[in-house]
Amino acid sequence: MSISHTSITVDRLSKRYRIGAKLERQDTLAGSLLALARRPLTNLRRLRDLTTFSETEVENDTIWALRDVSFEIKSGETVGIIGSNGAGKSTLLKILSRITQPSRGTAVVNGRVSSLLEVGTGFHADLTGRENVYLNGAILGMSRNEIDRKFDDIVEFSDVAKFIDTPVKRYSSGMTLRLAFSVAAHLEPEILMVDEVLAVGDIRFQKKCLGKMGEVASQGRTVLYVAHNMPAISRLCQRAILMGNGQVVQDGPVHEVISTYLNSGLGTSAVREWPDLQQAPGGDITRLCAVRVTDEAGNIAESVDIRRPLRIEMEFEVLQSGYILLPHLYIYNDEGVCAFGATDVDPEWRGRRRPTGRYTSTVTIPGNFLAEGMFFVDANMCALEPFIFQYWSRSSVAFMVADSLDGDSARGDWTGHMPGVVRPMLNWTTQYSQRVPARAATGTR
Amino acid sequence: MESASSYIPEVPPFRQSGVIGAEGWRLSSKVSELWHYRELFYFLVWRDVKVRYAQSILGIGWAMIQPLVPMILFTIIFGRVAKISSDGVPYALFSLAGLVPWTYFSNALNDASGSLVKEVAMLSKIYFPRLIIPLTSVLGRLIDLAISFVMLIVLMAWYQTVPTLWVVLLPLLVLITIVTASGLGMWLSALAVQYRDVRYALPFAVQFLMYAAPVVYPVSLIPASFRYFYAINPLVGVIEGFRATLLRSGPVPWDLIGIGSASAMLMLWFGTVYFLEKEPVFADVA
Repeated sequence: MSISHTSITVDRLSKRYRIGAKLERQDTLAGSLLALARRPLTNLRRLRDLTTFSETEVENDTIWALRDVSFEIKSGETVGIIGSNGAGKSTLLKILSRITQPSRGTAVVNGRVSSLLEVGTGFHADLTGRENVYLNGAILGMSRNEIDRKFDDIVEFSDVAKFIDTPVKRYSSGMTLRLAFSVAAHLEPEILMVDEVLAVGDIRFQKKCLGKMGEVASQGRTVLYVAHNMPAISRLCQRAILMGNGQVVQDGPVHEVISTYLNSGLGTSAVREWPDLQQAPGGDITRLCAVRVTDEAGNIAESVDIRRPLRIEMEFEVLQSGYILLPHLYIYNDEGVCAFGATDVDPEWRGRRRPTGRYTSTVTIPGNFLAEGMFFVDANMCALEPFIFQYWSRSSVAFMVADSLDGDSARGDWTGHMPGVVRPMLNWTTQYSQRVPARAATGTR
Repeated sequence: MESASSYIPEVPPFRQSGVIGAEGWRLSSKVSELWHYRELFYFLVWRDVKVRYAQSILGIGWAMIQPLVPMILFTIIFGRVAKISSDGVPYALFSLAGLVPWTYFSNALNDASGSLVKEVAMLSKIYFPRLIIPLTSVLGRLIDLAISFVMLIVLMAWYQTVPTLWVVLLPLLVLITIVTASGLGMWLSALAVQYRDVRYALPFAVQFLMYAAPVVYPVSLIPASFRYFYAINPLVGVIEGFRATLLRSGPVPWDLIGIGSASAMLMLWFGTVYFLEKEPVFADVA
């Protein structure tokens, strides 16, 4: 089908939940006894009220988990939904997968839907791996024939072939998750809705899953993906919807939306500060105070242009003087690949024993060096001679490198996907000779 | 276009195109939805059976013991000590014929009532017709019924009892039991999602129901004028039917079975309607 039709239409979707009202406190013995006697009655009212809402009632006892959310998703789009905890992402997904009903508004879904709010739903510890594959497959909507057909692939993908006839309770938790994800990965829906299920298994398996997700997305299916995992979202989705307080805050290209999200201070940001030295990472010699990502002018930058340099600052406090310190950073991309490590080689302090005080080490990463995408910074410190480990603060800050399509970056006129963790501007030369007919060439001689 | 026309859906079309948030439900569409999810239904019943006696030494043997132990107890207490009439049938046989359908009913009701609460993790993670859950419990116990029925046949052979030709009625009697357990089970499971009191109250209710059914005594002990009211409990007709057709304890009690069937259907209707009314909020309150 060449015409793109709409897969999901969400129209002013709202969901109201009742939050537990506070019980009145009684100060006297008689009062407490009376309240205790009335308790069944108040309990009944409370439980009954869970499902009844009146339009006129004062709203301090209810919350709107979703409020007038509207958007459209075209068939074949891969859309990420991001937002902090309680923003309404999961509620939205639950409504779209028909687990719960909206209080107001409608959603129209066109196509075979599979929703994965968790992997391994319905897995039973007493059943074998094989039995659980069939059961879980049926729960996810596969027919028996379909499971028969895919069974070998599922088992192979999961790496648990040897234990397929062992009860799942004898599995390690990683094996169970791998098997569960394998079943899910072999669904063939037209619309896939996924919530945070990629955070499973070891790194190697996670990568396999990410690959499988990418495959699903590239087969022209519609994917709705909810996660806190910015790297995965930025990789899998072209479009993202940022939610906050049950409403759509922004809806647009994924990198723009992620940048808004990071700038709003809701997620991992380009600044991380530890105001309390007692709580800060570090040992007896030194403690980490802050890590910042800035642009060349020194302003905090969540997102930098690929052509411009950026700086990473590590601020730390030296508590004991007399040590040679080695601040260093590791930079990872969104697939968890380490782009590079960098050690402070500032000649002023290199090999020199430092007195107590506050230091800020800054490294400048040149423009046209890192590839576009999300990067995560580990801030590390150790003392040398003798070697004493101080801290290793993983993913302490994150930033986004955005490639422009102006044509003057390393991608030139290519606007598609480019692999690699670095994207240096290199020097290209061309040798040219005009192809002339062999006879004519000799003839001129 | 080509892929769209040659495409054969393997998953129930109900996972397909739908408007979410539209009000109300239609019984006919709910029933056909249940039909489309029959494979899942089958797998869940299969899991229920498979898992029930997992990692136990006697395994399915427990399904035999469950009616046997009360049978021995009742035979001693009610048969020997209290000398309750058993319509001329040996008391052990008399009570087992009552206990076989009764044990099935009480187990099915018990499982069904707690089923939604037990499967709450699944309820909040995936969509399928929720009706499947209590019905799974009711159907899953049929295996136990079959096994305890074999025990009954063995005991009948021991006492050299030959059943009447009316044994052909047995499937109907079992169906009445299924319908009753389903109706009450759906209602109680939906109620238990919101009010967990059900779990605590149910054992008393089941105990009471047992004595309100002719498990340890014959219907002939009930005053005739009171019998039709008594028969509103569908298990009355079922148990008396079991005894009349298998043990020749008397004529087939058509009146009791008729009243019981009607009341079982009423319970099924009420239970289904209550369940479907409450279905939309299960995930929110559970």
